[in-house]
Amino acid sequence: MKYEAVIGLEIHCELKTKTKIFCGCATEFGADQNTHVCPVCLGMPGVLPTVNQRVVEFGIKAGLATNCEINKYSKFDRKNYYYPDLPKNWQTSQYDLPIAEHGWVDIDVNGEKKCIRLTRIHMEEDAGKLVHSGTTIKDSNSSNVDYNRTGVPLLEIVSEPDMSSAEEARAYMEKIKAIMEYIDVSNCRMEEGNLRADINVSLRPVGTKELGTRTEMKNINSFKNLEDAINYEIERQTEVLEDGGHIVQETRTYDPARGITLSMRSKENAHDYRYMPEPDLPPIVTSEETIEKYRSELPELPDARRARLEEEFGLSDYDAGIITSSRAMAEYFDAVVATGADAKLAANWIMGDLLKNLNDEGIDISKSPVEAQRLGEMIQLIMKDTISGKIAKKVFKEMWTNTDSPEKIVKDKGLVQITDTKAIEGIVDEVIANNQKAVDDYKSGNKKAIGALVGQVMKASKGKANPQMVNKLLAEKLN
Amino acid sequence: MRLYEKPAHVLHDMLVNKEITSVELTEDVLARIDEVEGDVKAYLTITREEALAQAKAVDEKIARGEEISFLEGIPGAIKDNICTKGIKTTCASKILENFVPPYDATVMTKIKAENPVILGKLNMDEFAMGGSTENSAYHPTCNPWNTECVPGGSSGGSAASVAAGTAIWSLGSDTGGSIRQPASFCGVVGLKPTYGRVSRYGLVAYGSSLDQIGPVTRDVTDCANILNIIAGHDDMDSTSSVAEVPDFTKALVEDVKGLKIGLPKEYFVKGMDPEVEKAIRTAIEKYKEMGAEIVEISLPHTDYAISAYYLIAPAEAATNLQRYDGVNYGERVEGEDLVSMMTNTRTEKFGEEVKRRIVIGNYALSAGYYDAYYLKAMKVRTLVAEDYAKAFEQVDVILAPVAPTTAFKIGEMSGDPLQMYLQDACTVPLNLAGLPGISIPCGMSSKGMPIGMQLIGKALDEENIIRAAYTYEQSQDYHTKMPQLGGNN
Repeated sequence: MKYEAVIGLEIHCELKTKTKIFCGCATEFGADQNTHVCPVCLGMPGVLPTVNQRVVEFGIKAGLATNCEINKYSKFDRKNYYYPDLPKNWQTSQYDLPIAEHGWVDIDVNGEKKCIRLTRIHMEEDAGKLVHSGTTIKDSNSSNVDYNRTGVPLLEIVSEPDMSSAEEARAYMEKIKAIMEYIDVSNCRMEEGNLRADINVSLRPVGTKELGTRTEMKNINSFKNLEDAINYEIERQTEVLEDGGHIVQETRTYDPARGITLSMRSKENAHDYRYMPEPDLPPIVTSEETIEKYRSELPELPDARRARLEEEFGLSDYDAGIITSSRAMAEYFDAVVATGADAKLAANWIMGDLLKNLNDEGIDISKSPVEAQRLGEMIQLIMKDTISGKIAKKVFKEMWTNTDSPEKIVKDKGLVQITDTKAIEGIVDEVIANNQKAVDDYKSGNKKAIGALVGQVMKASKGKANPQMVNKLLAEKLN
Repeated sequence: MRLYEKPAHVLHDMLVNKEITSVELTEDVLARIDEVEGDVKAYLTITREEALAQAKAVDEKIARGEEISFLEGIPGAIKDNICTKGIKTTCASKILENFVPPYDATVMTKIKAENPVILGKLNMDEFAMGGSTENSAYHPTCNPWNTECVPGGSSGGSAASVAAGTAIWSLGSDTGGSIRQPASFCGVVGLKPTYGRVSRYGLVAYGSSLDQIGPVTRDVTDCANILNIIAGHDDMDSTSSVAEVPDFTKALVEDVKGLKIGLPKEYFVKGMDPEVEKAIRTAIEKYKEMGAEIVEISLPHTDYAISAYYLIAPAEAATNLQRYDGVNYGERVEGEDLVSMMTNTRTEKFGEEVKRRIVIGNYALSAGYYDAYYLKAMKVRTLVAEDYAKAFEQVDVILAPVAPTTAFKIGEMSGDPLQMYLQDACTVPLNLAGLPGISIPCGMSSKGMPIGMQLIGKALDEENIIRAAYTYEQSQDYHTKMPQLGGNN
């Protein structure tokens, strides 16, 4: 029996508001423990919430950017459960009237486009953070709670179970990340937990409609872990089913160190959240005018930008997809092109040397040591034949640690390309004289032998000779 | 006549005219506390030194020739579910036995701006759940008119202190009658404002959609003056009304000519004490005499109000009380792990009535029961509100009993929670509809216990009920009577 995977994601996206969702405390990341707290977010007796209107605005914008319908009448609800990082022992969330519903986004996997539907987007508050003396609450002698994160606003973005592979799930989460970055509602810093996914995975025999029993993995916070966890879970469930077993509906944790998912076997699987409309907050009523105002404030979104780059600069679909996958990269690209650099060269350099260096050092493109302006200038040196692509690699490397302009680096390091025919001719003659064997090989029909001669010329010119001219001159002289 | 027997507006004038000092007044009330508090037990916390210091400061201000506001220098007390910065706020529960709030409720901020003298915090039914103050985890409060009887509840301390003269004024809270019923039992004036008229920020929540803070006073004049102080929109309370706040003292007019008063037949229930009914009927005749027009009305869903209330209030309470878990404030009872710590804390520190309502509330909200109970109760709530809306098309105010009986004996009903719940039949529907209601004294039983009547207004129309209450009050002398206590009167 062949099985297919059915995957749905619940993505929690932390919003970049200055203050928390129901009080005036700062949301700033990394502050000392319990310094951004007040009676309201500590759930002290007698306190009441007040809604941060920016959160509603961001919720509506996220809905519009993912083709959702906006609920003009929306409300908050209490989701009740006991946990020490939840001061009120309920999470203020949205139950049956979320701010946005019924949307979709397109994803791309190996050139195949697929539409993934969004069930809903709702607003809620984040919980605090537990610091255990052991590894889990169960094996700790003590646990401390940091309430700084309590009440930080989140959007929960729930997909339909429309994905059927880890690649698709990843592409979907990347798309959601890109959209949230573009509309500027979240910093989307995975490492700070700005974007976390709960994954639901189930299997069913290929060709059947009915959904199988699902398992859930919570709080996955990197694309790699997302893919690995899904692949592991598909494999695990396949084995269980092929052995004639049954999948247990449960919450599992993914252990990235071991690359496996483990059953939590907690009572969490039988939660009754006893949802109740939040009596302390009036319903959120949004007018058509407000929705249209927010719609008009939306920037160009990833898909539109990608189409524009293909149209305007003739970039390939693939290149345009990579460039627009993050707002910062797309803006970097635009800034490079704005200097007058050729768009295709710009795309190649960004996707090549720049990204490699950034990834190696874990630097965000917005903080790149080679700024868009300087990369643009360097590309123009290539366009003007001042340097070759090969020399450019050296120049780029130099620019990584040196803040001088590319022109200055080229001049200081003597990296200007030799385009003087006379000068190159001299070197070519010398190489022909000193490499009789390669010359003979070439003349006796081994056309590949010219490569060795080109290499020698480049070596002799310290890589500065214009490679096209070298090829041309060598061919002329040998034929 | 001692100072503690006078209402605040009389004492205010005496302070302005330098006939008395605030220290003299405060000392007189503190002396009264020493004399009778042992019998009445209205207080949970008494802040004697702070009170005298506040009084002294006011006297200095008067001596400097500065003007004083209505409550300035007048001793009052606060129900113990209203957060007072730096003063213990226990909700009469063991779970908050040593809880000192780091902030003031909005009403406290507003009251403090007036420079009154704060005597302390008043006893109540634990977390405001009850109608007799017998559910206090610390001690019951006794009715000053007969210390074998309850003062009513849950604001029993608020009503008993004003009646006994151990406070000139007090603040209470009303979720289903918790200001009006004790005011009626103790022969004082108690007003539950329109939902949203007074900020709930800092009022420890019982039923969030029902709770409202209000004044308990010796007469209607004091009541209107204190409402002026505490009413108004608050940015910290999203449910507080943005409506303009009128000057409620302008409603202190002796005139009910042409006022249409509705009498809901459903409120004159079977099982009502005949003496209570007679007192109310006599008051109705008085209104007729004074020129009001009496209109028979019907509020057909009244019978269902109690059932709806006893699902909605516990449901909200169940979630509101989840925060008391021993984790970051209040009391903690240790356990071997997290769950047992939380369970032990709540098991040991909550009283029986609180637990009862938590269980009912969680049941009504649980999966599979929500639609049948909570949702249905919310629908009934709408019907109750519509009954009033229809009635108010014909009348300006509605007159009704507050409770079916006078104050009952301590222990008489505590074994029968359902019987106790039925006591609220005339007060609960207002909370469901969010309407204002005032309880004023309108008679005494043959056993010498006070009887109160209730005037109900349209939403945000406290003025008409204040006017009707004031007019009646001025035709009587109930508000000048003091109970026999401590052998000195």
